Amino acid sequence: MNLWQEYKRPVSVTEAVQALASAPGPALPIAGGTDLMLDLRQGNHPPIHTLIDLTFVPEMSALELRGDELYVGAAVSVNRVALDPLAAAHAQALVEACNLIAGPQVRNTATLGGNVAHALPAADGTIALTALDAQAEVAGIAGTRCMPFTSLFLGPGKSAIDKTKEIIVGFYIPIAKTLKVSQTFRVSSCFKRIMRPQGVALPILNCAVWLEREGDLFKDIRIAIGPGGPTPFRATEAEAFLRGQSLSDETFARALDLLLEQAKFRTSARRASADYRRHIVGGLLKDVLDTAWSRAI
Amino acid sequence: MNNQITFTVNGLQHSLDPIPGETLSTLLRERLRLTGTKIGCEEAECGACTVLVDGQPMMSCVYPAERAHGKTIVTIEGLAQRVHEEMKLHPLQEAFVEHGAVQCGFCIPGQIMTAYALLKRNPNPTQEDIRFALKDTLCRCAGYPSIENAILAAAQALRTGEPVQKPTHIPDSIHEHKTVGHSHLRPEAVEKVTGEAIYTDDLKFDGMLYAKAKRAMIPHGFLTRLDISKARELPGVVAVLTADDVPAEKNHGLVIFDWPVMVGIGERVRYVGDALAIVAAETQDIAEQAIALIEAEFDLQPVITNPVQARQEGVPQIHAKGNLLKHIKVRKGDMDAGFAAADVILEHTFHTPTTDHAFMEPECSIGVPLPDGRMEIYVGSQIPSQDRTQVARVMGWPEERVRVVGQLMGGGFGGKEDVMGQIHVAMLANVTQRPVKLLFDRRESLLVHPKRHATQIRVKVGAKQDGRIIAMETELYGDTGAYASLGEKVMTRATTHSAGPYVVPNVKADCYAMYTNHPPSGAFRGFGVLQSAFAVESAMDMLAETLGMDRIELRRMNALHVGSVTNTGQVLRDSVGLTECIDKVEAEMLKLEPHPFAPRVDSANPNLVRAWGFASAYKNTGLGGGAPDISGADVELYADGSFQVRSSAAELGQGLVTVMRLTVAEEMAVAPEKVSVLVMDTDLTPNGGPTTASRQTYVTGNASRYAARTLRDQITATMAEKYDVRPEQIRYENGIVHVNGHSMSYAEIYKEMTALGQQPKVRYEYEAPKTMPLGEGGDMHFAFSFGVQAAEVEVNKLTGEVRVLKVISANDVGMAVNPLGLQGQVEGGVMMGLGNCLTEEFIVENGQVVTDHLARYRVPGIMLTPEITSIIVEHPTAEGPYGAKGVGEISSIPTTPAITNAIYNAVGVRIYKTPVDQEMIARELWEREGK
Repeated sequence: MNLWQEYKRPVSVTEAVQALASAPGPALPIAGGTDLMLDLRQGNHPPIHTLIDLTFVPEMSALELRGDELYVGAAVSVNRVALDPLAAAHAQALVEACNLIAGPQVRNTATLGGNVAHALPAADGTIALTALDAQAEVAGIAGTRCMPFTSLFLGPGKSAIDKTKEIIVGFYIPIAKTLKVSQTFRVSSCFKRIMRPQGVALPILNCAVWLEREGDLFKDIRIAIGPGGPTPFRATEAEAFLRGQSLSDETFARALDLLLEQAKFRTSARRASADYRRHIVGGLLKDVLDTAWSRAI
Repeated sequence: MNNQITFTVNGLQHSLDPIPGETLSTLLRERLRLTGTKIGCEEAECGACTVLVDGQPMMSCVYPAERAHGKTIVTIEGLAQRVHEEMKLHPLQEAFVEHGAVQCGFCIPGQIMTAYALLKRNPNPTQEDIRFALKDTLCRCAGYPSIENAILAAAQALRTGEPVQKPTHIPDSIHEHKTVGHSHLRPEAVEKVTGEAIYTDDLKFDGMLYAKAKRAMIPHGFLTRLDISKARELPGVVAVLTADDVPAEKNHGLVIFDWPVMVGIGERVRYVGDALAIVAAETQDIAEQAIALIEAEFDLQPVITNPVQARQEGVPQIHAKGNLLKHIKVRKGDMDAGFAAADVILEHTFHTPTTDHAFMEPECSIGVPLPDGRMEIYVGSQIPSQDRTQVARVMGWPEERVRVVGQLMGGGFGGKEDVMGQIHVAMLANVTQRPVKLLFDRRESLLVHPKRHATQIRVKVGAKQDGRIIAMETELYGDTGAYASLGEKVMTRATTHSAGPYVVPNVKADCYAMYTNHPPSGAFRGFGVLQSAFAVESAMDMLAETLGMDRIELRRMNALHVGSVTNTGQVLRDSVGLTECIDKVEAEMLKLEPHPFAPRVDSANPNLVRAWGFASAYKNTGLGGGAPDISGADVELYADGSFQVRSSAAELGQGLVTVMRLTVAEEMAVAPEKVSVLVMDTDLTPNGGPTTASRQTYVTGNASRYAARTLRDQITATMAEKYDVRPEQIRYENGIVHVNGHSMSYAEIYKEMTALGQQPKVRYEYEAPKTMPLGEGGDMHFAFSFGVQAAEVEVNKLTGEVRVLKVISANDVGMAVNPLGLQGQVEGGVMMGLGNCLTEEFIVENGQVVTDHLARYRVPGIMLTPEITSIIVEHPTAEGPYGAKGVGEISSIPTTPAITNAIYNAVGVRIYKTPVDQEMIARELWEREGK
């Protein structure tokens, strides 16, 4: 059956939002479409009348420095992020996450906006953006607004964005501190994940860390784990403890304890049990932390 | 915002009106007829549809056509250049041909386009770069090492401007012949790399209708109501047929006719894939809409979900004769005495899941009615002759009224032996008198066709302290699903091979092949032996540990050899290269690691532990068990001096056509290029029988060889008489026939013979040596192949993750007819075995298929490819062509136990159930360490 009836190619955010509002039937924005096309084809999505292609909107395909922030348009392909030198300089975790999403053909189509809009608590791009403390720009018929990245997520698969009315335009990743730091402050990030070879292409566990290092101390740190709860999980207790500490077996053990207390690991059928996740999270966190730490010299 | 799609494809500009819902792949294939871009899954998983959009590789199956506006597209058809009449291949295309990277060919356009994009960006890629780029471009023939080598060779040629380097690592056969035994290219390789190769779905006929089947989608119940009226009324629908419209026989099947063409009102639905109705419509879209309008109601029945449950008393009986398809028994010696005499007895139970072939090309059939009342069926099928029989039975026609025109096949692996759409299109084409195409999407393919049997296998082994095995008792349960398919044959093979390739004086094996409400199980490369090899080879390692013995020595001591008697009472008279396989794999492994089975901890990461594992196996060549094993071949000399060899045997990517060509070239002493091959057309080719059981090299190889020999004998006789010389004085050399000082080309021979009223054409029907049914002793099979593999794995003790680093595979194939093709079979066999061990599980829950698309059913990609070393062992079998026997299956069988034994050697966790569950490994390790 026809996957859609009408296909629009707006060239501005305003046009896109208007097209969404004025469509004669159910309408949805499409960026990469790698997931949406499958959902439509496999009948996992109610029929759609109009698809609004966001990849012709220049603002949504931009990837550039804007002041103290790195701006990544929501329709930028994850492969472009993965290969972008600005992203490599300011958002290693995001680059690493983007490099691990599917294969090159899908990465050339799939977008960060799509990765985020599905509101899965363990999508690779989502976890990286969580650790990077991104802001999301969202456009609706009333205009655009910026919101903290994690506030986009209400629950597993449940986004704060009403996709039939609103569009994620892009993400702002703060880099100000990187640019302004003195010689002794260093900032870095890292992303890694653990998969299983069978079944769904979702990670058993992924982890992104952003940190600012001052000599042998953590000046600041953000730890994101997926899935560590119904929405992208920040290990804020462990982060608070680590600030001002050095990285040692003892501080790591305490941070891990705090993380395990705070996280709500669950069992996902055919993917991983909560026990297994609890068992392996320390190894993954240590690996990511060590890598980020050594990068921040 | 909306208007035409204006874009450039392979240098030509097009402006087309948008069609709602159209993807780029559909536009390219249907509107521009660029059918080199293949559709394997339509879910962005397989990569067969890869094209370049503005220089970037993209999956065109999920790319909205309207997004292509303003873009520049390159497809596989855009790579080669036609210089006058000649195709000038791109170096990548040339390298894929030369390196044997092309097997079934269906994934090849995607592989080449992905590689092309890589080389544009990175002219000097490393192996790692190639793997990263080809990560999601699946090849189920799994010639990943050959693909890598081809890309490296092409990159070098592009950088240096030198010709593409040919492979240098593939040795010739040790058996000296002029043509066979040396590496040769596939006859159809070039068309497969240019995108010109035609598979069934690439065909379009005038006035063609599109079909779709309504599937029950319930696992068990009685159909109580079926309303097709709304579907019939939908504009564009031309025919809707149900069970009432089946003209003659209601069931089909390969051995037992127990599979309804469609389930009728009041009849039993036995699995979700049962067809209830079929529709033919003007477009695919209308056909799908019509299917959605068909209403069905059922009286649901309890679901039988596993073979052990199926055998319990009081459970629903799925077929009139009950749930037992067959109780298969092997008896040899005296079990009580055997176990009584044993110093050590071990007993363990193993489980294997259902798995799917996941051939890259989903099933497609086209029925074309002819004006004279005959029906042509275009289909990629492993058994064209049986398709003809089965279609004719259901239509109530004589077989001659049906012509099966076999098409290139995008892989089969046993999964294209049963009838899928063939009968349905015949019915629809007959009613509508128009051509009808029925193409499965990936989901339908996964739901409907028969799979590998899930098994439960208990092994009890008794041995003397010195290692001699004296008793082996096995009990197998096989889930044969809703219909028989080849279930009985498969589970018979599982049972007869369940004591491994060893001399065991006392054997008792019982197998219960049970019907369940799962998709049917049937043939799949390895044919039951893959499952039993996992069980028995695990048990062998456990026995070695219990005895404190070297596991290789244990196998060598008990190995079958010439003169041994198998479980079924067969005396092996020749061609038992098992010990040589064991020795060679051991030697190769010891070269790499002096203590292969001891765990080695990674110095940088103490969580990573490596070790090797070892396993042996054997597998019959040919049908065996008393079934007449016959294949026919025609060899004909043409006026231009070229030859054609013909058989309805199937080419599914495995390389039979090359074997046939080389055989005839050898016998006629001509260059292989002088021999064309025609297969799979039931009008034009003699019956080659089923392409199954690793039999075709042997039987159709022999049929081709004897047909060619007979033709040569006829030429000799004619020339001897004409020139009055003794036949021995006639020599065949380099395409020339030397007769007493005259040198004649085959074109001249053709003239001479036709002038004498002789037709230079021979049909030969080859019948393999007789075999005996199970239980009657004697030769159950006319040949066996032997295989030994060692695998090195790396296990992460924290996460349980397993990586296979290296595999050494030795296979006794009798004689390597085409070493290049053999290389592909060995690489692919290992990868399929690896998938079976680590990634693949077809999950059915309460009769409903969970793994109904490729994203859920994972086949191994290039990233999982270990370093594969292939060792060819050639103990010729007297009757085989030049000594050859089968290789298609044996190359896949020892991989799983080699890996699971290696996991045990690395971390001490025994795998009793495949696929390997990393969480189970991690859990066992952390529980053992009490944390």
